[in-house]
Amino acid sequence: MSKLVPLPSKALVPERDADKFPILDVRHLGIDFGGLTAVDDFNFTMGRTEIGGLIGPNGAGKTTVFNLLTNVYRPTRGSILLDGVDTLGMSTHQVNKLGIARTFQNIRLFTNMSVLDNVKVGLHNSTKSNLFASVTHGPAFHKAERKAKERALELLSVFHMEDLADAQAGSLPYGAQRRLEIVRALATEPGIMLLDEPAAGMNPSETAELMENIRKIRDTFQIAIMLIEHDMSLVMGICEGIAVLNYGKIIAKGTPDEIKSNPAVIEAYLGKKEE
Amino acid sequence: MQNNQHNPFGIKMSKKPLTKNIVTLTALVIAFAVMLVLSEAGILSRHMRSMLVPVCINIILAVSLNLLVGFLGELTLGHAGFMSVGAYAGCLFSIAMKEILPMAIRFPLAMLVGGLVAAVFGVIIGIPVLRLHGDYLAIVTLAFGEIIRSVIINLEFTGGAAGLKGTPQDSTFVIAFIVVMITLILIINLVNSRHGRAIMAIRDNRIAAEASGINVTYFRMLAFVMAAFFAGVAGVLYGHNLSILTAGTFDYNKSIELLVIVVLGGMGSIRGSIVSAIIITLLPEVLRDLADYRMLIYALVLIIMMLLNASPRFAAVKAQFSPAALKAAAAAKKAAKEGNANE
Repeated sequence: MSKLVPLPSKALVPERDADKFPILDVRHLGIDFGGLTAVDDFNFTMGRTEIGGLIGPNGAGKTTVFNLLTNVYRPTRGSILLDGVDTLGMSTHQVNKLGIARTFQNIRLFTNMSVLDNVKVGLHNSTKSNLFASVTHGPAFHKAERKAKERALELLSVFHMEDLADAQAGSLPYGAQRRLEIVRALATEPGIMLLDEPAAGMNPSETAELMENIRKIRDTFQIAIMLIEHDMSLVMGICEGIAVLNYGKIIAKGTPDEIKSNPAVIEAYLGKKEE
Repeated sequence: MQNNQHNPFGIKMSKKPLTKNIVTLTALVIAFAVMLVLSEAGILSRHMRSMLVPVCINIILAVSLNLLVGFLGELTLGHAGFMSVGAYAGCLFSIAMKEILPMAIRFPLAMLVGGLVAAVFGVIIGIPVLRLHGDYLAIVTLAFGEIIRSVIINLEFTGGAAGLKGTPQDSTFVIAFIVVMITLILIINLVNSRHGRAIMAIRDNRIAAEASGINVTYFRMLAFVMAAFFAGVAGVLYGHNLSILTAGTFDYNKSIELLVIVVLGGMGSIRGSIVSAIIITLLPEVLRDLADYRMLIYALVLIIMMLLNASPRFAAVKAQFSPAALKAAAAAKKAAKEGNANE
């Protein structure tokens, strides 16, 4: 295990967050699967209200990074500080309680449950009713349920989905399913939200709308958002800091403009020009 | 629901579960009252009367197994094991307290004891077993059910293979029905709560449930222990309905029969479990007059019912006669009539 060093990388924290403690501070993170090093020496810092991007060619290890951050995998090396707390050895649901929520590349909704119930599952840890209340349905239970329902509808209204509250989640059209996943993640009251390819399968106008909504969510909820995305118009349009991953290593880090002109990035995406 | 009819995406609206369950419970109370009157008036044959308590017991078992198979989404084949643990614990308690406590106190206490002992076994077995999923879990729970049965046969204080005698026959139709109602209310409440949502979320997507902050291990254990508790209570009712309790009745055939009831009634449907528990329990008895062909017809009826349940056309026919659809049809008729009158 490597020793902790103060801010190992040049942090790309936006100015408004500069004097604040970062929400996420990842140091020298790495994981091996057997003999294969999937991610190595990953250093990344996220400001409290920053929108960060993680890009790279297919198989670069982007989703693996998300799985490491949410403790689906246990890292071989390095540490993750979430709000100053080392998350090593915690389980996924504990990390969620601590403030990381995520969406998935291949949508993972509770397909047989209603849209409202999906969001209510996200509100699980903020709904306070114990087992006794749950089997007896006393007045306190109904109060907690009412509160959860109000909150769930409020969150759904971010994407204008409150009319769909009673629909079965699995029967929603594709775009609505992606939006519902974001609402469910928001319901867990995260400090940082990880979006794994939120624009996958969306057309340009839907992508533009999504971009607006991501910004709106950041402004309303004052949270950090980190996203993996292949749609460059989205990444370059809203991310304040971008890290480029290739073969499990960060090959470039910077603002969108810096990334666009970085020769290492161009090489990773397009290959080397033959002399 | 205006947008329900003009729905371009084929979005399915989920039904309001609570109103549906109130209808179910009311229907059950009415059925109980009818059966009670029939049996008191002597219209019901002695044979049918003897089936009333077993039907109640199977409803409790089916609904509690449905909590695991339908709501948690895990196949378990050891439900009869928990039933037997509860039955023996409750019966031994009743035999010990026969002279000390009056029936009105003894019997509810015996059910509580049986349920709690079964729940403790649920925890003990759940710790190693719940690391597994799917087929593996099914086979290991099957093995545990068989282990429990073999242990009971070889123990001294359970009466061994000869069976346990001397249990007071306290189970009556009225008591069994009250226990059914309590079980149904508690399980329906659980399913429609924060805890129930967590359990169903695990069924639909374990990884997403965990990422949404749900302690998957805890809620799987909770469902397992709750199911064991109610199986234990049903076991106590069973033990107090017979003059002799033998472990042989709790073999894997019993677990499979319960699974058949749950799958036939529809996984995750409490109403379905109740209806199919009634049918499956009564069917062999109704067919008793056909003697040799009894099991043949029983099997055929099972096959036909499964085919019907899986057929989308039958589901459409069923939906046509649901209260909501009938109401909508009546409203449409009325609207058409008014439209004609205006013209």
